[in-house]
Amino acid sequence: MQSDQKESAYIQIEQLNKSFYPDGQELKVLKGIDLNVRKGEIFGIIGFSGAGKSTLARCINRLEEPDSGRIYVGGVDILSLDKKELLKERKRIGMIFQTFNLFESMTVFDNIAYPLAIEHVKKSEIRKRVLEVAELVGLTDKLKIYPGRLSGGQKQRVGIARALVNHPDVLLSDEATSALDPQTTLQILDLLKEINQKSGITILMITHELDAIKYSCTRMAVLEDGRFIEQGLVSDIFNNPRSKTGELFATVMREFAQTEFRDGEAI
Amino acid sequence: MSLSKYSLWEVILASFSGETWAYIAPAILETLYMTAVSSLVVLVFGFLLGVLLTALNPEGLLPKTGIYKVLGWVINTLRSLPQVVMIVLLIPVSRLLVGKSYGTNSCIIAISACCIPMYARLVESSLLEISKGKIEAAKSIGSNSFHIISRVVIPETAPSLIRGFTVEIISVLSMTALAGMFGAGGIGDIAVRFGYQRFQHEKLFACLYLLIFFVQLLQFLGNVISKHILKKRGLL
Ligand SMILES: Nc1ncnc2c1ncn2[C@@H]1O[C@H](COP(=O)(O)OP(=O)(O)OP(=O)(O)O)[C@@H](O)[C@H]1O
Ligand SMILES: [Mg+2]
Repeated sequence: MQSDQKESAYIQIEQLNKSFYPDGQELKVLKGIDLNVRKGEIFGIIGFSGAGKSTLARCINRLEEPDSGRIYVGGVDILSLDKKELLKERKRIGMIFQTFNLFESMTVFDNIAYPLAIEHVKKSEIRKRVLEVAELVGLTDKLKIYPGRLSGGQKQRVGIARALVNHPDVLLSDEATSALDPQTTLQILDLLKEINQKSGITILMITHELDAIKYSCTRMAVLEDGRFIEQGLVSDIFNNPRSKTGELFATVMREFAQTEFRDGEAI
Repeated sequence: MSLSKYSLWEVILASFSGETWAYIAPAILETLYMTAVSSLVVLVFGFLLGVLLTALNPEGLLPKTGIYKVLGWVINTLRSLPQVVMIVLLIPVSRLLVGKSYGTNSCIIAISACCIPMYARLVESSLLEISKGKIEAAKSIGSNSFHIISRVVIPETAPSLIRGFTVEIISVLSMTALAGMFGAGGIGDIAVRFGYQRFQHEKLFACLYLLIFFVQLLQFLGNVISKHILKKRGLL
C-alpha cells in the first residue's frame, strides 16, 4: 500500500523545512512536511492563518527556497534544478492567488497570452490557444477589457486561464476563492473541478474554507504550526477528527450548521 | 523699466508689450531646446539608473546589496549638493566634452548631471510601487527577470512613472533658468541680465509669466496622460 501510494504520487514532498528570520530571530514556518499528492486528484490543504500554507505552496515552485527536504513534481527533483531549468519547470506548474495578481496594464487577452508571449510563440498560435482557454473559463466576451473592469469572479477566471494557457500538469491554488462571495466561490470551484476532470490536471487546493475542500477534494491534510497534524480522506477527517485542529474545524462547522442566526447574531 | 522709477501697473503693462516679447522670443526657443534635450538625456540615463537601483535592491529581482549601497551613496551625495555648486563643479567636465565651459550645450551637460540622480530616485520609487503579488505571478509563470521588469513592472507602474517624469521636466526647466547665470542663454539668462543687472523689470515679469505657464502646462499634460492611462485600465 505504502509503495503503491508513492508510485502514484505526482507531487511528493519529503521532510521539508523552511524558516524565516524576520528580525534576526528564527521563525520555523515549515517543520518536516511530508506530502503525497496523486496524479489527477484535487488535494486540499487546510489550516488557520499563519500555519504556513502559502509558504508550502510557494516552496513547490520555489518562489520560496526551502532550507532542507525534497520536492518532486512529476518525478522532477525541483530543488536540484538550476535557474534556467527552474523557469522551464515553472511553466508546468500553474499558480492562482487569492488576490488574483492580474496585470492591470494588459487586457484580459494579453494577460492570458502573457505566458506564451514571453516564449515568443507565434501570434496566430497564441490567439488560438488564448481563445481555447478563454472559452473553457467562460471569458470569450471579455478579452478586450482590462481586468480593472472585471468582477472578482471574472478576475479569478482570468487568473485560472493565465495559469492554464501553458498546459501545466499541476495547479497550485492558494486561497483562490477566499476573496469571493459564496456563490462565486461555488462557480470557481465548479470550474476547477471541470478543468480537473477534462485535463486530468493535479490541483493542490490551499484554503481556510472547509466548504471548499469538502466540495472539491477527496483527500486532504490539516496544517497546523508548520506540521501536518492529519492527512487522509476528507470524510474520515471530518467525521472522526483525532487532532485539535481537525476537531476545532469540525466543531466550528457543526456549530455553525446548527446555530440559527438572526440579524448577524446567534440565537 | 525699473520698479523704483515706475509704478507696478506701468511695469506690468510694459511686460506685455511687443517690444519686450521681441526681446524674449529667441530666448524661449533656447529654453525649450535646453529643456527638451536635457530632459531626454535625464530620461534615458535616470531611467536606466532607476531600473538598476530597483533590480539591485536587497528586496529586488537581482539583489546585490553591496553595489546597491555604493550606488545609493553616490546618488545621495550628488543630490545633496546645491544645484549651483553642481554646475560650477561640472564646468571643467563640460569643457572636456564640448570644448567650452559656457553656452547652451555645456549647460545641458550640467543640468543633466544634476537631474539624473534625482530622477533615478523618482523612477525607483515608482517601480517599487508594484505589488509583490504581480511579481510572484509573473515568476510563477516562468518569467525571467528581464521579462518581469520590461513587461510587468514598467508597464504596471506607467502612470506613476509619467508623474515622475513630469516632475523631472519641471525641475529641468527651472534649472535652465538657473543655468542662465552661467551663459546658457534662455529665459533665465534674460531674467538675470536684464531683470536683475539692468533693472528692466518688465522683462523679468515676462520671464516669470513664461515659466509659470510652462510649469502649469507640463503639470497639466502629465496629469492628463497619467489619468488617461488609469481610466483606460478601469482603475479610476
Ligand atoms: N517572507 C517572509 N518573511 C518573514 N516571515 C514570513 C515570510 N513569509 C511568511 N512569513 C511568516 O510565516 C508564517 C506562515 O506564513 P504563511 O503565509 O505561509 O501562512 P498561511 O498559512 O498562508 O496564512 P494565511 O491563511 O493568512 O494566508 C507567518 O507567521 C508569516 O508571518
Ligand atoms: Mg496564505
